[in-house]
Amino acid sequence: MAGWEHFSHGSDIGVRGFGHTVEEAFEQAALALTAIVADVSRIGQVETVEVHCDAPDLELLLVSWLNAIIYEMAVRTMLFSKFLVVMSGCSLTGTLVGEEVDLERHRVAVEAKGATVTALRVVHNHDGQWVAQCVVDV
Amino acid sequence: MRVPGIIYAGEQLIEDMDEKVREQLTNVATLPGIRRAAYAMPDAHWGYGFPIGGVAAFDPDEGGVISAGGVGFDISCGVRALHTGLTVDQMEPRRIELADALFRSVPAGVGSTGTIRLNEKEMDEMLCGGANWAIARGYGSPEDLERIEESGCASGAKPECVSHEAKKRQAREMGTLGSGNHYLEIQRVAEVFDSATAAAFGLQLNDIVVSIHCGSRGLGHQVGTDYLKAMVIEGHRPIPDRELACAPIYSELGQHYVGAMRAATNCALANRQIITHLVRNAFREVVPGAKLALLYDVSHNTCKIERHTVNGASRELFVHRKGATRAFGPGHSDLPPSLRAVGQPVLIGGTMGTESYVLVGTGESEDLAFSSACHGAGRSMSRTQAAKKWQGRKLIDELHEKGVLIRTRSFRGVAEEAPGAYKDVNAVAEAAEHAKLARRVVRLVPLICVKG
Repeated sequence: MAGWEHFSHGSDIGVRGFGHTVEEAFEQAALALTAIVADVSRIGQVETVEVHCDAPDLELLLVSWLNAIIYEMAVRTMLFSKFLVVMSGCSLTGTLVGEEVDLERHRVAVEAKGATVTALRVVHNHDGQWVAQCVVDV
Repeated sequence: MRVPGIIYAGEQLIEDMDEKVREQLTNVATLPGIRRAAYAMPDAHWGYGFPIGGVAAFDPDEGGVISAGGVGFDISCGVRALHTGLTVDQMEPRRIELADALFRSVPAGVGSTGTIRLNEKEMDEMLCGGANWAIARGYGSPEDLERIEESGCASGAKPECVSHEAKKRQAREMGTLGSGNHYLEIQRVAEVFDSATAAAFGLQLNDIVVSIHCGSRGLGHQVGTDYLKAMVIEGHRPIPDRELACAPIYSELGQHYVGAMRAATNCALANRQIITHLVRNAFREVVPGAKLALLYDVSHNTCKIERHTVNGASRELFVHRKGATRAFGPGHSDLPPSLRAVGQPVLIGGTMGTESYVLVGTGESEDLAFSSACHGAGRSMSRTQAAKKWQGRKLIDELHEKGVLIRTRSFRGVAEEAPGAYKDVNAVAEAAEHAKLARRVVRLVPLICVKG
């Protein structure tokens, strides 16, 4: 089953995405990231942004993916509520769909500074589910 | 472990301390070139490879390393305090007006942007000049520089080692406070512990002080992101060791990071200088007589070259302080003449609704922890738990009843930063004093808090 959750970290927040595929787990982790910043259900899907990331392994690819989203949020002052990931080995093309930040409507809480390698895991569990997680510095 | 791990804290703080602090401190103590010990301050908690509230010094001539995680994502995040020259009675009649003026004047919160736009050349000049650059552009006066670490400018900054992405992220963020635990507070001196040192700092009971807590904004965050990744890839460390990603100081990557980190430090110093200018403008509008001289500016996410004695020999070390404050004692040659006799002001931030402290560096701190002390309260509860436990609107009303005016654009942000989600800053300051890391000078209570 696809889904996401947050987990506790001393001063920041951990993001965890689940999915049938690694791509789905990455998409869900991206939703968990957005949910740190704002209320995902209130973010409209008006504009599309495409990002590309490469990394030596899947764990670092997750960090690169989340950092690419943080970067786009920062430079475009946008929030995204829909993510599509296509992967080929350790290369990723992601589509982010969202809209410009509206502090009140989106119930914005805090900005994300960067995804870290703390509590970083991308694993294919024995029940067939993919899990992708790390801590995000806020 | 190459050196011991040492935690300074009271019994209760140690009992409540995350087990991860011990684990991370142990790991840091294994890194090449580390000298004397890996230290944790009384407010230490789980960080990124290095504990937050951690201090570690490395000798470049002994294979010493530099770590992006050991500095943190918000490079040179710190606290700046200003005297207003006002007492509480002089400010009180204008408090609401002042809160509104500060909230209008200083951009705060997610997506907030400043009015300053820098072209490529100006961006590089800012990254080399720090607070000096800001003052040359009219944001403050040259007298401010004496009260900033390294006179307001980290030398050896290399803007060419800062990525295009990092510069782009900063394009609209000069002079902004940010979000999370960053704040702008108007505080009252509520208790004086050491009247002679307080007088030397220009503080007395019921004085009004301004505190600004923020860092290097998007540029620093991106520098941290870029170099953490580079250090992980180049270090070829297995998971979960990757958190300790670092580079030999004398390696190409190490030198690039040092240059980029110093540029980000200058970005933080310029940012706090611009915010100071905006605060002065707001005061001028509401309380024209206020002076707003700088008390001090300290960074608590840093790696600085300092000379320390190790095994009887004077060595030049790269001292990482992640969530820890430099705390030079009396007589230190790096202190400005006006502070040399008493020691360095150590600014300890609380959270809205709770106390902050001004401490002073001690002579003993050099031997105890390379002249370092704590930086704040540190969280005791995660953001997720805090957001479930408190409601922002209600919290603002409760704080209002207690005499603290909150100005924010994010109720959820306020809930996540609830005073109850932090450790007791009083216990942290007391522990720092008992350990002789620094001595309490005054306790400050908030009257106005602008939250990002």
